[in-house]
Amino acid sequence: MASVIFEERRDQIVTKGEAPFRISCDKESLAGAVSQRACVFCGSRVVLYPIADALHLVHGPIGCAAYTWDIRGALSSGPELHRLSFSTDLREQDVIFGGEKKLERALIELIDRHSPNAAFVYSTCIVGLIGDDLAAVCKRVQQAKGIPVIPVMSEGFKGNKRAGYAAACRAMFSLVGTGDTAGIPTHSVNLLGDFNLAGEIWIIRDYLERMGVGVVAGITGDGRVADLQRAHGAGLNVVQCSGSTMELAKMMQEAFGVPFIRASYFGVDDMAGALYDIAAHFGEPALMERAKQVVREELAVVYPQIMEARRRLAGKKVAIYVGGAFKAFSLVKSFRLLGMQTVLVGSQTGTEEDYQELAAITDPGTVIVDDANPLELMSILKEKGADVFVGGVKERPIAYKLGIGFCDHNHERKLALEGFVGIINFAREIERTVLSPVWNFVPRIGGAPLGARRAA
Amino acid sequence: MLLRHTPKEIGERGALTINPAKTCQPIGAMYAALGIHGCLPHSHGSQGCCAYHRSTLTRHYKEPISAATSSFTEGSSVFGGQANLLQAIETIFTVYDPEVIAVHTTCLSETIGDDLPQIIDKADKAGKIPPGRRVIYANTPSYVGSHVTGFSNMVKGMAATANCTGKKNGKVNVIPGWVEPADMEEIKRLAALLEVEIILFPDTAGVLNGPLDGQFQMYPPGGVTMEELKSTGDSTGTLALGEWCSAEAARLLDTRCKVPCRVLEMPYGLKATDRFVDALRTIAGVSVGDEINHERGQLVDMISDMHQYFYHKQVALAGDPDQLIALCEFLVSLDMWPRHVVTGTPGRAFEERIKQITAGLPYQVNVKAGAGADLFLFHQWIKNQPVDLLIGNTYLKYIARDEDIPLVRFGFPILDRVGHQYFPSVGYKGGLRLLEKILGALLDRKDRDDPEQSFELVM
Repeated sequence: MASVIFEERRDQIVTKGEAPFRISCDKESLAGAVSQRACVFCGSRVVLYPIADALHLVHGPIGCAAYTWDIRGALSSGPELHRLSFSTDLREQDVIFGGEKKLERALIELIDRHSPNAAFVYSTCIVGLIGDDLAAVCKRVQQAKGIPVIPVMSEGFKGNKRAGYAAACRAMFSLVGTGDTAGIPTHSVNLLGDFNLAGEIWIIRDYLERMGVGVVAGITGDGRVADLQRAHGAGLNVVQCSGSTMELAKMMQEAFGVPFIRASYFGVDDMAGALYDIAAHFGEPALMERAKQVVREELAVVYPQIMEARRRLAGKKVAIYVGGAFKAFSLVKSFRLLGMQTVLVGSQTGTEEDYQELAAITDPGTVIVDDANPLELMSILKEKGADVFVGGVKERPIAYKLGIGFCDHNHERKLALEGFVGIINFAREIERTVLSPVWNFVPRIGGAPLGARRAA
Repeated sequence: MLLRHTPKEIGERGALTINPAKTCQPIGAMYAALGIHGCLPHSHGSQGCCAYHRSTLTRHYKEPISAATSSFTEGSSVFGGQANLLQAIETIFTVYDPEVIAVHTTCLSETIGDDLPQIIDKADKAGKIPPGRRVIYANTPSYVGSHVTGFSNMVKGMAATANCTGKKNGKVNVIPGWVEPADMEEIKRLAALLEVEIILFPDTAGVLNGPLDGQFQMYPPGGVTMEELKSTGDSTGTLALGEWCSAEAARLLDTRCKVPCRVLEMPYGLKATDRFVDALRTIAGVSVGDEINHERGQLVDMISDMHQYFYHKQVALAGDPDQLIALCEFLVSLDMWPRHVVTGTPGRAFEERIKQITAGLPYQVNVKAGAGADLFLFHQWIKNQPVDLLIGNTYLKYIARDEDIPLVRFGFPILDRVGHQYFPSVGYKGGLRLLEKILGALLDRKDRDDPEQSFELVM
């Protein structure tokens, strides 16, 4: 395995239990690496994408808009303007003479036709170079059309995805505080960092409503401009996927005094913990009582099913490589609940804090990795004998080639994995891949056929 | 109705693309480069470009796609990307050990003005390119042309590696254009049946349709080798399939090495395949054997068996120019009516050729290429003049659903179905597959819509 790891990356791959845990991360990727990472624009685009009644116009050459056209299963209960692809489609001439006029015409045409409640205008690499004054154009159009027109400073080269999250947070923050907060109950929250993939935010909303907690804004899931504008009226910000929206929570705390807590809705422990934390925050005993009631009701349904799945999955080994480290925490815990062992865990954009926490919750011998490339991932998968790999779109075929099951825990998930019901969907998804008969037909890691298929 | 935002009235459009019928150059260059044996494509730009291209290709082929990136930062965008590319070349050869790196640019590195040949030369002089290894390149500014242009540019970059020794190798160069791995395989099979030795480039067969064998191979066994590419300068002639995809490379070989070239339309359907087989036969001076005639006869047979179902069926197509031209010709030869044709790739010649193909039909075809030719306009055309069938990539499924029109998936990308990796659409065999898909779509629809009384068992 050692041979495929760059000298420069040695300290980004650590095995737990080897002396005190220290990992290097938050580094720029090495030029020439087959990195699984993306860019600033990508980060901004995924965070803002679920705001369904806004216009999302990508100012740049066509690719940036084409590749982000409806690739995320962030569901909307109403408008679906966000699922179309709008681009200024910059051409050579625009690169030479500037694209501001084109942008302005495009914005006006789109706002007139679709009457969105706000417009987000994304800057791309090239716009950063040719120096189009995005802010000025947005300001002019905002004045002319009377809706918020917000520049998103997401030039691709200005960092990695995390910088894009920050740019998106700044863009959203410009809307917060501009709406009327009348009628918002005291016990109310905003949900940050949940993208409503496969309808997940609706599950969380249901639990909260049963507890008696109102949701003002699903900031990044089934999002609406008006909700964002009055989000400062909520009593609490609940932040999931901390990498993407923590900055917004911090800005809202500073400007409007809205406190925040971190949460994860994935896995039984974390889901229950999130509801308890929310109840505890408001400090009303009745709320906590109802939270416990919700947890009891839900657990009564899912617990027998978890035990059932555990019987089939216990002892299987799992490798995790996801975008943000926060998601990895919940995954490690959920796999433990299913009796499975995590042998590799890594992320594209984790921070030192994140990795410390990962090290704390994993077993000795688990490999922890930052910003991995496919060769590294493959060699660790083989060495550790993983049965299933949790990752994103680029990792799926690698796992299959090795004869290893795969679970998409990213944009392409088809089933809700959050909430109490989510763990059952998750177990089912893991089960149908880990126990799929297809693996009987392939040479397993190390060349030994799985099961008893070897010719006698 | 996902596309309820599309109004029927076609108004004045500003400079804006909605639901594009194209994407940007670099992904085409990356796909082409994967058709070189032992090649690692390299994206000279921000990380996002490379991630997006790899993801899209992964979704289309369901295969691992490896490519490296220069990982531009703010610094590189100010001071140029030379340091990044030099480091990248060193890293790649040290860690990933490819036989060749195929570098393509992005809008970022193009606008900064990075000079690829100069940087590659510098890397060579600094000993960063091991003996026997190569770094080839293509300039692929995202704000010019489309993904098809990028493909063509990288194929031209391959042709630029040709050596002209003056000693003929007795082979024919075939440049297949942006077709599927299975199509590349089919072209090689046809050539083998004709007993013509060819050099096919690029050749993604065996690279992007490999088996599950328990290993992840960064460089699968397929692909045209650098040796073969070098020897293209000594070939008897070049057949370029597709003006947009392949002609530039063929003309380069002609001017540089005096390898005579012919540019043909892609061999989709009966007539285009006839022309391809005939051209290959002529260049190599061979005769067409029984087997190919047999296959041709089978295609004609299937058309004759089912011709009444094709009669005047109206079709809307979106995709890439070379493929659309050949498909439209095929449809017309089946007595079908291509009604609306859109490609995001610029080219007036495209519009003229489509008009020429449909000249004998009793209506004026709607055809548009380049600026303003997007799926929004395409949808508007369909709302104004409904059709019986859609042919195009996965993005057409929104229109198919909203307008309740059957869709035959064809082109790039196909994100939601499989088969394109394994079954060819080119040649006579490919024609059978196209027919099967078109008929299947039309007849499934008929079965669904026919009233009970006239619901037919035998068709």
